[in-house]
Amino acid sequence: MSVKIYVPGDSGAVAVGADRLALAMEKAVRAQGLGAKIVRNGSRGLYWLEPMIEVETEAGRVAYGPVRAADVDGLLAAGLLEGGDHPLRLGDPEELPFLRRQTRLTFARCGVTDPLSLEDYRRHGGLAGLTNAVAMEPRAIVAQVTESGLRGRGGAGFPTGIKWNTVLEAEGPQKYIVCNADEGDSGSFADRMIMEGDPFVVIEGMIIAGIATGATKGYVYLRSEYPHAILAMNRAVVIAREAGILGTSVLGSDHAFDMEIRVGAGAYVCGEETALLESLEGRRGIVRAKPPLPAHKGFLGRPTVINNVISLASVPIILDKGAEYYREFGMGRSRGTIPIQIAGNVKHGGLFEAAFGMALGELVDDIAGGTASGRPVKAVQVGGPLGAYFPRALFDTPFDYEAFAGKDGLIGHAGLVVFDDSADMLKQARFAFEFCAVESCGKCTPCRIGSTRGVEVTDKIRDGIEPESQIKLMTDLCNTMKFGSLCALGGFTPYPVMSALTHFPEDFRPDPSMRGSMTQAAE
Amino acid sequence: MESRSMDAEIALKTEAIVGRLKPLEGPLLPILHDVQKEFGYVPKAALPVIANGLNLSRAEVHGVVSFYHDYREEPAGRHVIKMCRAEACQSMGGDELGERLLDLLGLDWHGTSDDGAVTIEPVYCLGLCACAPAAMVDGQVIGRLDDRMVTELARAVKA
Repeated sequence: MSVKIYVPGDSGAVAVGADRLALAMEKAVRAQGLGAKIVRNGSRGLYWLEPMIEVETEAGRVAYGPVRAADVDGLLAAGLLEGGDHPLRLGDPEELPFLRRQTRLTFARCGVTDPLSLEDYRRHGGLAGLTNAVAMEPRAIVAQVTESGLRGRGGAGFPTGIKWNTVLEAEGPQKYIVCNADEGDSGSFADRMIMEGDPFVVIEGMIIAGIATGATKGYVYLRSEYPHAILAMNRAVVIAREAGILGTSVLGSDHAFDMEIRVGAGAYVCGEETALLESLEGRRGIVRAKPPLPAHKGFLGRPTVINNVISLASVPIILDKGAEYYREFGMGRSRGTIPIQIAGNVKHGGLFEAAFGMALGELVDDIAGGTASGRPVKAVQVGGPLGAYFPRALFDTPFDYEAFAGKDGLIGHAGLVVFDDSADMLKQARFAFEFCAVESCGKCTPCRIGSTRGVEVTDKIRDGIEPESQIKLMTDLCNTMKFGSLCALGGFTPYPVMSALTHFPEDFRPDPSMRGSMTQAAE
Repeated sequence: MESRSMDAEIALKTEAIVGRLKPLEGPLLPILHDVQKEFGYVPKAALPVIANGLNLSRAEVHGVVSFYHDYREEPAGRHVIKMCRAEACQSMGGDELGERLLDLLGLDWHGTSDDGAVTIEPVYCLGLCACAPAAMVDGQVIGRLDDRMVTELARAVKA
C-alpha cells in the first residue's frame, strides 16, 4: 500500500505555492521510485502554515509546514514518508493548539479527506444525516433543525428551521433550495473553504433541505471570484449524481432532488437574498422589496429556501447526531458552533470553528497571536465591510448574535479583520462609503446617493473643512441610510462608519497634528 | 471597429450558445458568461442575438451586461491582474502595494496598457484574507504579496 501525502488544493494554499509544491513532490516521488500517492485535500485552515502537508504514517498523520517546492528533496531525504524529523515538522496536526482548541462540527472533514472522494466522505461520517433524513417525515426534519437552534450563518441570523417551515407550508408547483455562496465579505472565507475542501457536505445539506420542504431542485449561486470552489462543486455534483445521491431517487428513496451550480458576475449586492434571486433569474441584481418573502415567492416566484453555505453545511451533522447534540454547544440564543475566520494583520490567520461564546479578545490576542506586524492591535472589523470596528475596550464581547448587536455591531459571516495601530479610521470610514457606492444596486436613494455623499463628507473632514459640522452631517446621513435603505448594504454601511467615529474620534479630528497616521491618508 | 463579417461570425457563435443554454431556468447569466469566454468580452453584436433568443429587449440585455462588474464591453489586455482592495488586504498594506503596481504599469484602475499587454482591475475580496494582500493574475491566485513580487509581476506582464 502506498503512503498518502496530503498537499492542500485549497486556493488559499495554492496562492502561497501549493500547486508548485504538489508538482515538485509528484516529480520527486516518481524520480525516486517511492510508493507514495499525492492527495489534494482541503485546508485545515492554519493559513500561516500553508502550504501545510501531511503524511499518513502508521502512527497517524504528521504535518509539515510551511513547505516550499525547494524543501521537497530535503524532506524526502529526512524520511518524510515515515514522518521523519525535519525543521518544518509540526507533528500531529490535531495536536497543534490552533486545531486542538476548536470544536469542528461543520468543518470536521475539511483538510482531512480527499474532497472529491465519496468513499472518504462516507468513512468520515458523511451521508449519515441524509440517510436518517430520507426515512423521516418532512415535518420531523424541520423540527430537528428548529430544535437545534441553527440560525442563518450568512449574517442575518434568522432561525433556519422557521424559514424551512414556511416553505414546507407554502403551496407551489415547484419549490427550490438556493444556496447563497456569494461570500463577498472581506475577511470571510469559510464558504470558499468548505466548498473546496468538503463539497459533498454542502450538497448533502441542500438535499436534506429539499426533502424537508418538498423542494426537488437546488441552485448554488457561487461568486465568480472563487474559480477553485466552482470547479470543486461542479465535480462533486457530477459524482453525487453518478452515485445516486442526487437524482430521481435520492439514496434509493422516493425523494427526488437535483441541483446546478450557477456562477455570479462580480456584484457584491447579489449576496443579498432578493438581489441574488433576481440575478439567478437573469436580471440586474436589484434588491426586491419584502414582503413577499422568498419563502413564499422566491426563485421564479415560487417558494424558495435561501440559506448560506455554512447554514446548509451544518445541517447534516444535526440530522446525524440530533438537535440536542448540536444545541448543547453555544450560549444564549446562539446555539451550536460558528466557523470564525481570522484574517488581516494577524500572526495566526485561519479558520477557527468554536462554540458560540468565546470572547473577541481571546480570539484576537490568544488564538490569532496578535498582529503579524508585531504592532499593537488598534481595531477589529467583525462581520465584513458592513460590520463595526471594535476597539480593544470591547474585547470582552462574547461571540454571540445578541451580544454583538448590543455593542452596535454584528457578527455577520463571522469574519474578523485585524488592524494594527497604523490604521487610520477616517480612511476606513471613507472606504465603507466608497465600497457602498461601488456596489449599490441603485434602487433606493439612501444607499445610492448617501454613499457618494458620505465619501464627500469624509473627504471634507480629512481636509479640515468645517469638520465639526461635517461630522454632524455624517452622523445624520448614517441615520438616514440605516433606517431608510431597502437592504443591508445601505442599511449597515453606517456600522463601520459610526463605530470608527464612536471608538476612534481622534482620527476624525481636524488638526492634522492630532491625527497620528492621518497625514499619510491626506497625502 | 467590428467589421460586418466579424459581426456575422459573432452572431453565429452567440446563436449556438443561446440555443444550448436557453432551456436553463434563468439562462441569461450563463449565456453571458459563455459569450465572454468565447470572445473575451461581450460584443455589441451579440446583444440582439441574445435578446431575440430569450424574448427580451436589447436594452434589457444591455442593462444586465452593464450591471455586473465581470462583463467587459471591450476586450481586456493579454494579462489581467485583479488586485484585492478590500479591508483584509488593506490591513496588510494592500493599498500601498496597489498604488505601487499602478505606478509601475503606468495605469489607473480598470486601465489597459496601450500595447494591450495588461489590464488591471480592483476586486473586492478573493477569499484569501488570511494570506493578504492577495491578487489574481490570469486566473491564478497569489497571496502574501510584497514589494518584490509586485515589481516582478509588473515586469512579467509587460514582457
